[in-house]
Amino acid sequence: MSTDPSLSRTALYDLHLALGARMVPFAGYAMPVQYPSGVLAEHTHTRAAAGLFDVSHMGQVVVRGEGRAAALERLVPGDLQALSPGQIRYTMFTNDQGGILDDLMVAHAGDHLFLVVNAACKAQDIAHLEAGLAGRATVEVLSGRALLALQGPAAVTALARLAPEAAAMGFMRWRLLEVAGIPCFVSRSGYTGEDGFEISVPDHAAETLARALLAQPEVKPIGLGARDSLRLEAGLCLYGADLDPTTTPVEAALTWTLSKRRRAEGGFPGAAVVQAQLAEGPRRLRVGLKPEDKAPARAHTVVTDEAGRPIGEITSGGFGPSVNGPVAMGYVEAAFAQPGTPVRLVVRGTPRPARVVTLPFAPHRYHKQ
Amino acid sequence: MSIVYFTKDHEWIAVSGDEGVVGITDHAQHALGDLVFVELPEPGRTVAQGGEIAVVESVKAASDVYSPVSGEVVAVNQAAADQPGLINEQPESGGWLYRLRLGNAAELAGLMDRAAYDAFVQGLE
Repeated sequence: MSTDPSLSRTALYDLHLALGARMVPFAGYAMPVQYPSGVLAEHTHTRAAAGLFDVSHMGQVVVRGEGRAAALERLVPGDLQALSPGQIRYTMFTNDQGGILDDLMVAHAGDHLFLVVNAACKAQDIAHLEAGLAGRATVEVLSGRALLALQGPAAVTALARLAPEAAAMGFMRWRLLEVAGIPCFVSRSGYTGEDGFEISVPDHAAETLARALLAQPEVKPIGLGARDSLRLEAGLCLYGADLDPTTTPVEAALTWTLSKRRRAEGGFPGAAVVQAQLAEGPRRLRVGLKPEDKAPARAHTVVTDEAGRPIGEITSGGFGPSVNGPVAMGYVEAAFAQPGTPVRLVVRGTPRPARVVTLPFAPHRYHKQ
Repeated sequence: MSIVYFTKDHEWIAVSGDEGVVGITDHAQHALGDLVFVELPEPGRTVAQGGEIAVVESVKAASDVYSPVSGEVVAVNQAAADQPGLINEQPESGGWLYRLRLGNAAELAGLMDRAAYDAFVQGLE
């Protein structure tokens, strides 16, 4: 598998092999799913200290042009014109039905916008951006850059040894920063619910930077397996599982990403659908689901009411190492979305008791200034 | 004294007399990674050869365990259900899954011995 020549390799491929990673195909890339310590140890290490993730498969895109924020707002419901220099916003590309085509991060990088999009959607997103911004802004794909995520309560301590100014960054802030002497784009953000950073670095310097970070006593390499269990406990959506072209930002419980101005003005694909759902309430909602016994309930598990009538489906589910038990999220009919509502999860034909719960399962511990 | 047989689905069965103890192999536990949940059969349940009899789950995925031979479940390993990590630590001893009374001892002839299984696993890598 690791030698499948059809798979793309990130700049850290050789390092992953040297660290003993188990490589798997993911979104067309050979990626480390775990290192020898295993998913449980990697997960708990990230929550206790700091983990280094290779997320170079994600797409890094620059949008330039005078009216770039207004132009990009035609494709996403996020308030990009309100961004101040160095600020980051989480938003999503929508279709004409208000369905989500991908979710992404947008940073105000001074004279341009810096976007990070999902690996599996990268090609489609770029075509969508080029078509949607034509004549208004230009799109440049940064293909020669790696992306490293350093996550966990000790991430700031470890990174500050190589880049002291990182410690002064606020949550969801972006800046140019030399890390161990290497010019990087650094954001204080992540996908684990912990404090942390994402560091964009030229491919040729990626291994040097990764080794410098791994040389810090707090830092261990973490694979995609723990990345998934960490984000699930944090209640964060995985595109393709929890979000897809049939789910709207309102149904996905992402209305916090919509500003008052964008709700009122619309002006993004599917705005009418989203505005109607905001006014009338959606038919279904994404919620946390906590199984009451020990059996994990996986994606596509049917959710029923206590009488056995299907009311929804799990979109992400598994074992939460920090919760020390099964955790899941999924969509249920809006009438069942209230926290505390008892439901059943049909696991291998057997209905098992569960409750609707407020996300996240593991409390967010983002940096507060 | 028991004789151990192996399946292509990476189960083992240690047979002594008319009973066998079943578990998953070291190769299987390594491939699955850290196990976090095990669903074991009820004692008294009968199973066909190759029938789904248990489920072992890692953080990421659930995997079926298929019975190497037919028979009736006579006991299960509650320690493995309580502490699934035991299967990672001792897959071919303390991390056994269930004990069954053999339905048809002739089925054992279709399974592999350790040398054949080791060669089979080598061929997968």
